[in-house]
Amino acid sequence: MSAFAFYLFAVSCLAGGLFTVISRHPVHSVLWLILAFLSAAGLFVLLGAEFVAMLLVIVYVGAVAVLFLFVVMMLDVDFAELKAEMARFMPLALLIGIIILMQFAVAYGAWESSEGARVAIQAAIPEARHNTEALGIILYDRYFLLFQLAGLILLVAMIGAIVLTLRHRTDVKRQDVLAQMYRDPKKAMELRDVKPGQGL
Amino acid sequence: MLSADLTLILPEILLSVYAMLALIGAVYTGKDQLARPLIWLTSALFVAFAVWIATSRGGTANAFGGMFVVDGFARFAKVTILVSAAAVLAMSEEYMARRGLLRFEYPILVALAAVGMMVMVSAGDLIALYMGLELQSLALYVVASLRRDSARSTEAGLKYFVLGALSSGLLLYGASLTYGYAGTTLFSGILAAAGEGTVSLGLLFGLVFLTSGIAFKVSAVPFHMWTPDVYEGAPTPITAFFATAPKVAAMGLFARLLHDAFGGVTGDWKQIVAFLSLLSMFLGSIAAIGQTNIKRLMAYSSIAHMGYALMGLAAGTALGVQALLIYMAIYVTMNVGTFAFILSMERDGQPVTDIASLNMYSRTEPGKALAMLVLLFSLAGVPPLVGFFGKLYVLRAAYDGGLAWLALAGVIASVIGAYYYLRIVFLMYFGSERDDRLDAGGSGVLWLFLAVPAIAMVAGVVNLFGIEGAAAAAAASLVN
Repeated sequence: MSAFAFYLFAVSCLAGGLFTVISRHPVHSVLWLILAFLSAAGLFVLLGAEFVAMLLVIVYVGAVAVLFLFVVMMLDVDFAELKAEMARFMPLALLIGIIILMQFAVAYGAWESSEGARVAIQAAIPEARHNTEALGIILYDRYFLLFQLAGLILLVAMIGAIVLTLRHRTDVKRQDVLAQMYRDPKKAMELRDVKPGQGL
Repeated sequence: MLSADLTLILPEILLSVYAMLALIGAVYTGKDQLARPLIWLTSALFVAFAVWIATSRGGTANAFGGMFVVDGFARFAKVTILVSAAAVLAMSEEYMARRGLLRFEYPILVALAAVGMMVMVSAGDLIALYMGLELQSLALYVVASLRRDSARSTEAGLKYFVLGALSSGLLLYGASLTYGYAGTTLFSGILAAAGEGTVSLGLLFGLVFLTSGIAFKVSAVPFHMWTPDVYEGAPTPITAFFATAPKVAAMGLFARLLHDAFGGVTGDWKQIVAFLSLLSMFLGSIAAIGQTNIKRLMAYSSIAHMGYALMGLAAGTALGVQALLIYMAIYVTMNVGTFAFILSMERDGQPVTDIASLNMYSRTEPGKALAMLVLLFSLAGVPPLVGFFGKLYVLRAAYDGGLAWLALAGVIASVIGAYYYLRIVFLMYFGSERDDRLDAGGSGVLWLFLAVPAIAMVAGVVNLFGIEGAAAAAAASLVN
């Protein structure tokens, strides 16, 4: 059963990846990408890494892919032209790709981990905990420094986005929350008795 | 355990806390009016931290289970990084103010980049390495496109970002292969797993990818393509920053990774680094000849200089690391001086980066021209200036490390490279007379930052200001 599930997810993951690249319509590409993400999440579940699987669904499908969809729909990019441009470099890209693929085949064919590697990798997970808890313990305890540094990186990303895009324009009307809250019917409305056929 | 760990990274913590407080303070109060005091405050803090780190004693100490290493090597690199970053910040204030680029985020981003660089040179773990690198790079991508209304500056930032992301990908892929082999991301664990002698094919793949990723950050050939465009497009003070502190940090990271994690298999990476070094020296020297823009010229010059620094690393010995540190310290000093000069190049109040505008500059400003002459001679490695000793150290280290051919190639590249430095000197002293001379005068701060490195290049001949011993101690703490 799990072998069947593995092949199902593996095939749909590869198919999703392939159609992401070759599909003609950019929106379809993003949808295929979502399929690839979901299949990868399924593979993670089969491995017993349910937290990573959920993360993949929530973060990548829920946030990143949807963002992609918006970007693709909002940007006015001529994808046909981009594709034509890409076709020019295709032979060279294929050549380099095939060479690298062959090198990797050699590398993975002769792959051997060091003697202690398997033990070391397994030792990272404390005994008798499910992996969400284990990840939490590692992340907030052993990798405390790295967690904080990741926070700093996100801070820099935020500052960067603001520095590069925020413009203080004076010619636009801005929302004034206080003024809105202090409005009352007396100031906001004026009742007039309009005579028929006369107007104000 | 935790409080001891936190004490070790106290400088990094305090610097990031400062950056966050400054951010909050500036956002809620004066905004860009605070940029000027913040630049000076950040610069002063950098110097204070450098003094603190330089005077703190103690041998090698690990924090967070070996992820963060504080040793002589890290201290030497951090002091170089902080001092050069302080100098560049101080130089930039006037330029940024006059071009309307004085934004309060600028010193804060530089401070956060400095935190990233300090983590880089102290990294004892592949993840810590990556975190430091990204923190630094992300801040640099933003400051590269700080002049957001200029297409060039935006292009520089975007190009740097896209290629930087690619190199991060390479680096991460290498890190994952290394982890797959060793079963740990700690450098000490990788060192133990790799063992002595030859490495397995998988680990070698990891090593190659890691090396490529970092070679991009030090702009070594063939990963240098971004350098001239980014240097030209970014605002000049930012270019000065790119050419100094981040280069030291990336070199420090390179040395730490290769010696701490792959120290047992020196033979496997020596040839890669020697190859990078050879290509960088020659491409940097030859491609610079045709340049007409002084910022592009400095980009190629920095590529060539990285080649020489890598020669020290390629030696794979403690002597080589010592040579690398000395070279980087000298290189940074020369670059601060040269960029102070470039920042002061103006015609009718507008910045000029055209090399031809330097024709007969010695008539307009004999003092500045003389200081620049000293710096250019030193950059070219003309004896008896300090730049020559920097080159001498790396050549000797390469020769002792069994890379006599590389040392010989380095001498040849240095002769080729001397041409374009001396061409500027020729233009300044014997060029043709032109009507559109550069403005005379300029700010006192720039004068100071031009004069001090120039004097150091001459006065340092006596004993290199004692950095030789400090670098030797630092190298000994890394290579053992």
